[in-house]
Amino acid sequence: MNRRTLLATAALGLGLGLGGAASAQGMDKVKACFVYVGPVGDGGWTYQHHQGLLAVEAEFGDRVETAYQESVPEGADAERVLTQMALSGCNIIFTTSFGYMDATNNVAAKFPDIKFEHATGYKREHPNVSIYNARFYEGRAVTGLIAGHMTKSNKIGYIGSFPIPEVVQGINATYLHAKKVNPDVSISVVWAYTWFDPAKEADAAKALIEQGVDVIVQHTDSTAPLAEAAKTPGVIGFGQASDMSEYKTNPDGTPGPRVSSIIDEWSPYYIKRVGALLDGTWESIDSWEGIAAGEVVIGEITEAVPAEVKAEAEALRDAIADGSYHPFTGPLNKQDGSAWLAEGETASDGDLLGMKFYVEGISGDIPN
Amino acid sequence: MIRLEKRPSPSRFWQVATPVLAVILTMIAGGIMFALLGKDPVAAIRTIFWDPLFHPQFADYSRPQLLVKAGPLILIAVGLSLGFRAGIWNIGAEGQYIMGAICGAAAGLALYPADSRLIFPLMVIAGGLGGWAWGMIPAILKTRFNTNEILVSLLLVYVAQSLLASMALGRLRNPEGGGFPGSRNLSRWESSANPELIAGTGMHWGVVAAFIAVIAAYILLQRHILGFQIKLAGQAPRAARFAGVNPARLVVLCLGISGMLAGLAGLFEVTGPAGQISIDFNSGYGFTAIIVAFLGRLNPLGILLAGLLMALTYIGGELAQLMLGLPAAAIQAFQGMLLFFLLAVDLLSNYRIRIAGPAGVA
Repeated sequence: MNRRTLLATAALGLGLGLGGAASAQGMDKVKACFVYVGPVGDGGWTYQHHQGLLAVEAEFGDRVETAYQESVPEGADAERVLTQMALSGCNIIFTTSFGYMDATNNVAAKFPDIKFEHATGYKREHPNVSIYNARFYEGRAVTGLIAGHMTKSNKIGYIGSFPIPEVVQGINATYLHAKKVNPDVSISVVWAYTWFDPAKEADAAKALIEQGVDVIVQHTDSTAPLAEAAKTPGVIGFGQASDMSEYKTNPDGTPGPRVSSIIDEWSPYYIKRVGALLDGTWESIDSWEGIAAGEVVIGEITEAVPAEVKAEAEALRDAIADGSYHPFTGPLNKQDGSAWLAEGETASDGDLLGMKFYVEGISGDIPN
Repeated sequence: MIRLEKRPSPSRFWQVATPVLAVILTMIAGGIMFALLGKDPVAAIRTIFWDPLFHPQFADYSRPQLLVKAGPLILIAVGLSLGFRAGIWNIGAEGQYIMGAICGAAAGLALYPADSRLIFPLMVIAGGLGGWAWGMIPAILKTRFNTNEILVSLLLVYVAQSLLASMALGRLRNPEGGGFPGSRNLSRWESSANPELIAGTGMHWGVVAAFIAVIAAYILLQRHILGFQIKLAGQAPRAARFAGVNPARLVVLCLGISGMLAGLAGLFEVTGPAGQISIDFNSGYGFTAIIVAFLGRLNPLGILLAGLLMALTYIGGELAQLMLGLPAAAIQAFQGMLLFFLLAVDLLSNYRIRIAGPAGVA
């Protein structure tokens, strides 16, 4: 059987399986499928995407059927998993990690009637592929401000995952907003080269604390850095990807290390996209929303943070949300002192998506 | 009272029957686990073992995928089995697999975007050499300084993983990739691509190489003096010495062959199914191949079947996750059970069970 007849049978099976639900105007029922890079119980990245799946179920009830596959490696296996999902009758497939980029586009070419949505990538090679991401740097600005106020040693530690633009945006946004409220602040970056590895993340946190850091910001997804921070009184951190609210108080009842968090809230996007498919209004888009659309949420700021700092942080959050403030507003120089943004100028999305430099004041190099 | 009695020589019947028995026991124990998870055990077992082969909706796609998944496992396991038979324990095939992929991809990418039919063969050679060289490190350390090849080869896996990350982020990173980690997609560049040779069969050069390796290993073990030496060194090291077997030469050969085959598997994977050097390129084939080698009784034909069975549990496991909502961890536990039962019932081929009353009464 050659590939074309294979696909024809697949398409036929699909049509029969759904009782001919597809029409040009929209659909009566949609099967939405999700591919996750970690386990749904990781407490961070994948957990939040799975919350989005549950929100889609709650929103559409009988009009939607869902399926997911967890812990799918970002290599040769992803393409097979996606093809099997397409053959099983999924109408829309969300691939929730950067490493699925080529696999998503390859499978989309073979199944033009199925919609594909790839998170955090940049390739849209076919009209049935959309990409989406969230402006996490907006959240970093708010937690950066809190970090700048809270540090007593004036040293902030940052656990980076990989030296890619998204992470560099986070480091720059954290530093700029800490510096604004505390001119003496410095930031040390440790690269963990992983998104999720509790042991490595704990080691990175320990190394930073030994250097005298008392605020830890993480761009990795496990709770290990917070668990490490909890061992040293006076060291604080932030929940990443998920609220990580279990670190608000220590087991002995004393205040815990987590003073706030940046929550990835994918539910609004997933509901919007599945809804668009049901209405027949789905089209290929490149979505990059932030605090305003509710995709980046600042988790509860605890009482460990003074009331006036909390108010200032919330005002910053609201200013970003209503568009009156952009976290990267000039005058700003690059690390080498060359001019980047003029007075009042804001960074373009193109600059942000290709960000490979630190802003002025951060020491150290971005590894290459 | 039940006693175990050592057999004078391993039972031929049980040597063949234990893998089958292990699969049946895995189905029963796995079925109980799936039932405890609230899933229909019969449906789960059917989805894992039957649907990838015969389900009308999936089988046309998943049957060829069995070869794609089994190819690297068989290729690596055949190499490992030669060493294991001689008592030389290469645990680091995962690292040799990574190094083969890095070296092969680097050789090709150095010539990007040239258009030549010679590039792919060049990459194959570089990939094989990369895996071979990585296998030579534990071999030379063992023959010169008598280090333990298990530890050295295993620890070199972590070195290879770090090198992989640095290559994906640095030297081999796609210059047109917007700063994101990962190399150019080799399966999308005609000169380096390792595509399906006949559409819809799943056969790519790596699968062909796996079949060739099975046949070559079979002939080597049955007909060649080296095969005899390997078997002898494993069964009776002292006798092997008297028979003139040079143990250092055997270490170098076995680690070299298994490293090279693992390197080739990595190269065929990076140019075909995986497509690019990325931080998470390796997905455990090098370790799973150890299971495949033992499941196949260190016999080339057995490894062929074991590789296909392992691939079936992977692909069927994916289907079971998708169709029945089984957690990924349950599938991994299921695969673990398979190895556990295999090792457990292996006892039967070396021991006989005697049921007898207390001594003196009977």
